[in-house]
This record gives sequence, structure tokens and C-alpha cells, in this order.
Amino acid sequence: MSAFLSVRDLRKTFPVSRGLLQKAELLHAVAGISFDVPAGTTFGLVGESGSGKTTTAKMVMGADEPTSGEIVIDGRDIARHDKTERFAFRRLLQPVLQDPYSALSPRMRVDRIIDEPLRIHRIYPSTKARAERVAYLLDAVGLPPSAAQRYPNEMSGGQRQRVAIARALALEPRLLVLDEPVSALDVSIQAQILNLLRDLQDRLGLTYLLISHDLAVIGFMSTQVGVLYLGRFVEVGSKETILSDARHPYSLALIASASPDVNAAPVSGEIPSPLSPPSGCVFHTRCPFARDRCRQEPPSLRQLKPNHLVACHFAETIRLETNNA
Amino acid sequence: MSDLLRVENLTTWLATESGIVTAVDDVSFSVRAGRTLALVGESGSGKSMTCSSIMRLLPGNGRIAGGRVLFEGEDLLAKSPAGMEAIRGRKIGMIVQDPMTSLNPLLDVEDQVGEVFKYHLGDRSRRLRRPKVVDVLSRVHIPAAEKRLGSYPHEFSGGMRQRVAIALNIACAPKLLIADEPTTALDVTVQQQILALLRELQRGTGMAIILVTHDLHTVQRFCDEVAIMYAGRIVEQGPVSEIFARPAHPYTQGLLRALPQLGSQEERLPLIPGQPPSLSSLPPGCRFAPRCPRATDLCRTEYPDWMATSGETRRSACWYADEVLG
Repeated sequence: MSAFLSVRDLRKTFPVSRGLLQKAELLHAVAGISFDVPAGTTFGLVGESGSGKTTTAKMVMGADEPTSGEIVIDGRDIARHDKTERFAFRRLLQPVLQDPYSALSPRMRVDRIIDEPLRIHRIYPSTKARAERVAYLLDAVGLPPSAAQRYPNEMSGGQRQRVAIARALALEPRLLVLDEPVSALDVSIQAQILNLLRDLQDRLGLTYLLISHDLAVIGFMSTQVGVLYLGRFVEVGSKETILSDARHPYSLALIASASPDVNAAPVSGEIPSPLSPPSGCVFHTRCPFARDRCRQEPPSLRQLKPNHLVACHFAETIRLETNNA
Repeated sequence: MSDLLRVENLTTWLATESGIVTAVDDVSFSVRAGRTLALVGESGSGKSMTCSSIMRLLPGNGRIAGGRVLFEGEDLLAKSPAGMEAIRGRKIGMIVQDPMTSLNPLLDVEDQVGEVFKYHLGDRSRRLRRPKVVDVLSRVHIPAAEKRLGSYPHEFSGGMRQRVAIALNIACAPKLLIADEPTTALDVTVQQQILALLRELQRGTGMAIILVTHDLHTVQRFCDEVAIMYAGRIVEQGPVSEIFARPAHPYTQGLLRALPQLGSQEERLPLIPGQPPSLSSLPPGCRFAPRCPRATDLCRTEYPDWMATSGETRRSACWYADEVLG
């Protein structure tokens, strides 16, 4: 019922300098998003580059400060943490990023990489206890005990991602922020890591915030899905709703691009610059169904049915139009 | 019969820290005019090396050790360096994952594309080249092409840059376009646009395309034939529709199953256990045997011969191809 992670009207604005004498313009990277992630579930954020998904993740991780809005994790607003709380907060939440190679020090052996957070947070009384914890973690992520003695460059991409996951789990976090965790990996390895992440979630009751551009990955992992476009949600709903009853033309385009259907027509154009987002509905420049109203009036994110929000004036009739198109 | 390109027993060596490895091992396939062949495989499977070998653009530590690359009946491997120069960019185009690496950052688009006409077609006058440049940029759907002539590569988005790279490579109406992961670095909606553009150009000109990719959805949507590579060798090849419907190699089967499907309610993805072997320590026998659920002693000792499955059109390098096919 109660959300482990709760985001309210989150915004992030970057000033972008246009030269020495000109006034800086404001880039709205995240333009007011809200969502809740109940404990033990996965919220999938899907969108293309410039959609604001990574900026959102950074703010949730405390690596970037929101311009406005609220992020509540485990009942506490993270902006109000004092120093001690912030230190403890780092145990609660851990990131797993796209490129495990850049996230792991090439000079450290795997056992030291996994051990480091344990040393910093001093939660194990002895070296022996820490070594046992490292051995347990290696096993939990499916690496052989011998992996402890190796360096990241001696490992494959999939093994390195396992090491990164082991390190993320070292401090018994409750929330993992997974930012494109498998996009750098080959297909057969992707499946291994996705299965591992789901197993760990079941075993440890973890909550995931998953970021991916790949709707198939989002669909496999998520409980709830939010589709981001230019820093706004265009559609939010349960995985089942988004995959089988999506109503926003952008969600439909993403789904078409991930399906083997040969005849799915590509959406035209590219993501507009977030410096000058289109008037009205931000998607109207690329939308095959756009009308005058879309060019003038921005649609609000409204509830179509329980747990299904869509920001499209024509959400009720869009599927009919898609079928006729 | 009417193969535009026929690669026969191509073998390429690569000198690495752990000795000489065979990056491309006895690879054979052919492409007909107007058709698209997908070369699929995971990293290190040899798909890009195969393309570099065809283009004779191997890195310094690479060497073609054997085989033939017959293009319009002529063996490219027997050509002089000057002879290859006349073919690259004119009869065979090549686009790569990151267009920034194939575009000169110091040249504007007009000079960039114009250079191709100058070099291959001897168009010396910049003024006379201009309409040709505008024409080819419009063919790749760069909006307001005549206004973008003075733009530099960094001023374009990733998708537009890839369009410029495609324009460069189709300017001389090549017979064959090699596209090495052309959409991997692009956003999904833009990926679809680039693939649609390639298909449109192919329909207009009848050029053949070799598409290197690791994305099986793209193969299914876009390609006619597919060759699946594993550890330097082709393990299965044939028409896309047949292979996707009924794979005849356990590796292909595993790959297709491991792909998350939209809308499926599976709790787990069926896995291929383990990881591809290192080229410097290949297992004896079938290279997939250590990961294969069907492997027998035969597989572990002897590399499988080609098994023809369902007639002449497809083949699989698996001792048990017929059983896999079911």
C-alpha cells in the first residue's frame, strides 16, 4: 500500500548559456513528474535520449538536486536529510549503471571492490565477517568463488555487471536504481542478468527503479511503467495496461518499434530540443494523429481508468484511428 | 546464379596478446542484388571482421589467411590497393555504428558529400556538383537540404548524421551497401526511420545490403536472409522467416528464446548458460558444445559438417540439426 519511493511534481531545470552576453536559457530536463513505487515492485521508466529518465534517476539517487518537487524514500524526504542520515541513506539505495567497466576500478581486485562499501560503512565487526559476506555476495550473483581473485579487465561484460550488482547489494540496500543495466550486453548475457535481477528481487524483497530505452526489457521487469517524453509523463500504468492497451501515440510508436511487425510505420521526426519544446502537446510535431487542438492546448495527464494515466486529448479514440491508419 | 557477392571460405587471422586467433573461420555466404542479408552474432563472433575483410579494411593486426570474395565475379582479395580504392565508396558502400567516425569534422556537408563525386566521378567543379549533392541529401530525407550544405557534422543530430553518412555511401549508386550496426547508437524511433530509409533506397536502386546487427527484431523486420555467427564461424544460415519460425541450431534457438517478448507473462527468460569462448582457447569440436543442452561426445570432439535442412535454402552446423528442427 504505502510507497517505498514516492516522487511528487519533480522538476529539474538547467540554465544553458548561449554565449557570453546572452541571457541563459532554461532547459526543462524534467518538467514535473510524480510516481509511487510500492516496496518489492519495479517501476520502469522508458523513453529516448533527452526524455529526462537519467536526470530523474540521478535526483532519486541524491546525485543531483531537484529544482523543485519532493522525493520521499522510506518515509523520509531526502532533501531534509542531515549528514548522518545522508550517510545511512546511501545504504538504503544503490545504483547499477549501464557500463560496469567504468563503474569498477580497474586497479582493484573483485573481492576488494565488493568489500569497499563494507569497510566504509563498518557494518561487519571483523575482516573474517566481511570476507564471508563477500563470498556470500559472489555466490548470490552467480559468480564462482575464484572470481574474487580477479580484476575487472579479466572478466566479460556480463561478469562485470554481476560484480557491480554484488557491490550494490553489499550494504543490504532496499532500493536499486537500475540505469540501462543490460543495454551494453549481448542478448544471451542480457537474459542472464535480467533473470538474476528478478531472482534477487524475489529473494531480498528489493524495490527497483528501472530505466531503459528498451520496452521489451521494461516489460519483462516492471510492475508499473511510465513513458517519458521531453521530461513529462505521456502515459503511466501497469505493465499489462501499457503493453496491451496503451493509448498515447508515443507509447504506441515505442511498442511498434519493439515488435516484429514489419508494417508498423515509423514515427516521423526526432525529439525536439528541450530548450524550445513545442506548443500545446509536446508530441504533436511527430504525432500521426495531431490536430489543431493538439498544437494549441497542452493535454493534462488524466486518468482514463484506475491506474492508467494518459496525456492525450484523444486517448479514448486513438486505438480506433491506429487500426484504420 | 545471380549472386552479387559470394564469399567463399573466408578466413581472417588477428594477432592478439594471446597469440594469433582466427577471427573469421571458413565463412561462406552470398548476397543477391536487391536482397538484404543479416550477419548476426554477439560481440567477438566475427561479424564486423567479416565485413572489414570484404572491404579489405582490416586493422593493422589483421590478415586475410584464405578464401575468396567474389564481387560481380571478380575476387576482391586479388585486387590491387588502387583497384580496391575504386570499388570502396563507389560500388560498395559502408556505414558504421557511429557516423562521426566516418565523417570529417572539418568539412561541411557540401564538401563532405561533394568529395565523393569528385573522387569517384571526376566532378571537378564545386558549382556543378552542388545540385548532385542537394539531390542525394534529399534522397536520404534531410529536410531543407540546400540550406544545410554549410552545416558541419557536429551540428546534426545522431539520426541526421547517419543520414549524411548514408548519403555519402549511396552517392555513387553502389551495388552493395554494408551497414555495420547502423542504428545501434540511435533512439528507437529514429532507428526505425533509418531502417525505413535503407529499405526505400534499396527498392529504388536494387542495391544489396549486408546488415550487421545483434538485434534480432531488426533482422526479423528488415532482412531476407540471415547468417548467424558464433565464435568466428557461421553456425546457421537461410531465409529469415524460416529460421525464426524453426531454428535448426541450438544457439539460434537459445538466442530467440532469450529475447524478452513484449506482453509475455514469463517469470524467467530461458537462458543460454555460460558465455562465448575466447578465440584464443576454443573448445575442440563444436564451439557451442560447452553451452549446448544437447551436446554429446561427438559434439565435443568433432566440429559438425554443414547439415542441409529443409532443402537447399538453409543449413545448420549442428550434428543434430534435424532433431533441433523438430
